[in-house]
Amino acid sequence: MDFNIYDFTSFTKWVDNALNSSMSPLLAIIIELIIIGLVFLLFYAIVGLLLVYAERKVCAVIQNRYGPNRVGPFGIFQTIADLIKLLMKELINIKHADNFLFNLAPFIVIIASFMAIAALPFAKGLQAIDFNIGIFYLFAVSSLGVIGILLAGWSSNSKYSLIGAIRSGAQVISYELSVGLSLLAIVVFAGTMQLSGIIESQADGWWIIKGHFPALVAFVIFLIASTAETNRGPFDLAEAESELTAGFHTEYSGIKFAFFFLAEYMNMFIVASIAATMFLGGWMPFHIAGWDGMNAIMDYVPPIVWFFGKTIFVILMMMWFKWTFPRLRIDQLLNLEWKYLLPLNLMNIVLVAFIVLMGWYIK
Amino acid sequence: MKEVIQDIIIRNSDDYIINMGPQHPSTHGVLRLELSLQGEKVKYVVPHIGYIHRGIEKMCERDTYQQIIHLTDRFDYLSAHMNNEAVCLNVENALEVEVPERVKYIRTILDELNRLASHQLWWCAFGMDLGALTTFFYGLRDREVILDIFEESFGSRLLHSFNTPGGLMHDIHPNFQKRTKEFIKYFRKKLPEYDQLLSNNVIFQMRTKGIGYMSKEVAISYGVTGPSGRASGFSCDVRKNHPYSAYDKVDFKEILDTTGDTFTRYKLRIAEMWESMNIIEQLIDNIPEGDYTAKMKPIIKLPVGEYYQRVETSRGEMGVFIISDGNKFPVRVKFRTPNFANLFVLNKIGSGNKIADIVAISGSLDLVIPDIDR
Repeated sequence: MDFNIYDFTSFTKWVDNALNSSMSPLLAIIIELIIIGLVFLLFYAIVGLLLVYAERKVCAVIQNRYGPNRVGPFGIFQTIADLIKLLMKELINIKHADNFLFNLAPFIVIIASFMAIAALPFAKGLQAIDFNIGIFYLFAVSSLGVIGILLAGWSSNSKYSLIGAIRSGAQVISYELSVGLSLLAIVVFAGTMQLSGIIESQADGWWIIKGHFPALVAFVIFLIASTAETNRGPFDLAEAESELTAGFHTEYSGIKFAFFFLAEYMNMFIVASIAATMFLGGWMPFHIAGWDGMNAIMDYVPPIVWFFGKTIFVILMMMWFKWTFPRLRIDQLLNLEWKYLLPLNLMNIVLVAFIVLMGWYIK
Repeated sequence: MKEVIQDIIIRNSDDYIINMGPQHPSTHGVLRLELSLQGEKVKYVVPHIGYIHRGIEKMCERDTYQQIIHLTDRFDYLSAHMNNEAVCLNVENALEVEVPERVKYIRTILDELNRLASHQLWWCAFGMDLGALTTFFYGLRDREVILDIFEESFGSRLLHSFNTPGGLMHDIHPNFQKRTKEFIKYFRKKLPEYDQLLSNNVIFQMRTKGIGYMSKEVAISYGVTGPSGRASGFSCDVRKNHPYSAYDKVDFKEILDTTGDTFTRYKLRIAEMWESMNIIEQLIDNIPEGDYTAKMKPIIKLPVGEYYQRVETSRGEMGVFIISDGNKFPVRVKFRTPNFANLFVLNKIGSGNKIADIVAISGSLDLVIPDIDR
C-alpha cells in the first residue's frame, strides 16, 4: 500500500486492485459502490453538522455575541444535541395534505444535494466519478432540488408554503441561467467540461487570475447567483421568516425538517466547492508560472487542505452576506437576474470567447 | 377630508386570503392582518384587533388614580414612562397642584431616555422585518445600557411605574446623572453604526424608498401621529405644540419631512434619536435640587368635571380623558392611544404593494399591539 496525502491515485488504485484480486469484478464493483456510499453519507453528516455549527459561530461573531457555548467545549456538540432533538420530535401528519408527496419532498431535496457530491474533486485522485461532462452534471443535479421544494410547498396544503414554493421555483429557475453562464465562461477558458481537466488547466495559475477581468465578473456573478440558487440570505425569499413564517417547510417537523435544513447547508457547501474548483483552482496549490521556488513551497501544502481552505473561504463569504444584508423583494430579485445579471453574463461570455480566440488571457 | 378616508374593502368569495397573525413573526404581537393576495400583490389589508384586549379602561373605573398609573404601563410597554406621565399630568392639572421643578426635569429626561430605548428596539425589529438579522443585536446592545440605568433608579427595566400623581415614587439614584451622561457619550459613537449597517445599505433603500407613501391629508384624516405622521409633514409633536413638563425650557427641533414613504419614516426616527440626546444633554446637568414629589393627600379625589391631557409618546400622541364625579374613582377613563390610529392607515398606504412591503410598512409604523387593544 502506498498512501500519499499529496496524491490519492495510488491509494484508490490499491483498494481497487485488492478488491478485484480477491473476488469477482461484479462483487468488487458493488462493494466499491457501498464503500463510496457510506463514506459520502458520513462525509455528508459531518459537513452538515460542522456547517451548522460554523454558521452559528460566525453569525455570533458578526452579531456581537458568543453563540453556542454550553454543550461541550465552545459548544461544539450543540449541533449534535440539536440533531438528537430533531430526531426525537414528533412527525406531524397534516390532514388534507398530499401525504405521498409530502413525505417524498424532503428526500428529493436531500438526494439532489447528495448526488452532487459524487462529482466533486476533493483532492488529486479523490473523486468518486470523473465525468467528461462533470460540470454539466453538477449543474443538472443541483437544480433537481427545486422539485422537492415545489412539491413540499404544494403538498403541505398551506398558503404560506405555497407562496414560498412558488417564489423558490421562480428564483431557482431564473438564477440557474446565471450560474450556468458564469460557469460556462470558465469552461470556455479551460476548453473542457471535465472537472479534473479544468483543475489541471489551472496548474500554472487559477482562472480568476489567469482570466483577469471576465473571470472576475463571472466569479462575482456566480457568487450572487449561487447564493440565490441555494435560497440563502439575502435571497432567502422561499423561507422569508418575517413574511412567510418559514416558507415551504412551514408544515414540516422533526427529521423531515432536518432534511431540508441539512440540504440547505450541503447545497451551500456544494456551490462553494464548485466556485473553488472552477475559479480558485480546486485542490491545485497556488502557482505562478515561472516562479518555481514558490510553486515548490506551495506544493508542500496537501491538495485536500487547499480544496477545503478555498471552499471554507467561499462559505464564509456567503455567511457574511446572509448576516449583514436585508432580504430582497421578489420583483427586485427577478429584476436583478433578468435585467442585470443575465445580459451582463451574456456579454461576458462573448468577451471570454473573444479573449480565448485572441489568446489574451495569461497563459 | 371625507373623500380621503374612503377606503372601501370589497370582499370576494374567491379572494386568496392569508391571515398574517395572530401568531406571526412580523406582526410584533397578537395582531391579525387579513391580506387578500393576487399573486404577490396585496389587494387589501384588513387589520383584526382584540386578541390582547384586557379591558383596561373598564378596570380604571374601579381603581384609584394612583392605581391607574400601573395599568397605563401596559399599553405601549416601550413608552411606559410617557404613558404614566399622561395620567399624572392630568390628575395634577385637575387638582391644580404645582409639581416641583426637579420632578419636571427628571420626567423630561426619563421621557427622552425612554424614547431612545423605544426607538432602538424599533430599529432592531424593523431590520428583522426586512431580513437583516444582525440589527437586532446591535440595537439591543445599546438599549441594554438604558435599561440598566432604569433598573438602578426604579428597580424595574420595562414597566417602571415611576411616576405618581404629584411627582415621582422616590428620588433618582445618585449615579443617575453620571450614568446617563456616560450613555449619551457612548451612544453618540454608536448611532452612526446604525446608518452604516442598515440605512446606507442599497438593498435596504430599495426595499423602503417610495414604498407606502402617506400624504399629509391621509395622515391628518386618519389621525396618524408621532414620527409616522411627522414623516408626512403633519406637525403633530405635542412636546412642541403643547409643551408639558420641562419641554418649554429646552431648545429642540420638531423634525418634519414631507416625503412620507417608508424610508422617510425610518430616517425620521433615527433623527429623533439624535434630537432626544440633545434634549437630555441640555437638562441632565441642570436638574434643580428639591423635593421629588409635591405634597399630595393619600386619597386623591378629583373635582367634578372632565379632564384631558396629552403627551407625546415614542409612537405618537397619547391622550387621557377622565370624567370625575368627585369620588376617589373616576367615572370613565378614555385613552387615546397612538397605535390604534396608526394601525388603520395600513390598508390605505399598504394595499397594492407586495407582501414583503406590507411587512416593511407595518414595521415603519412601529406598532405595539397591546397599545391598540388596551
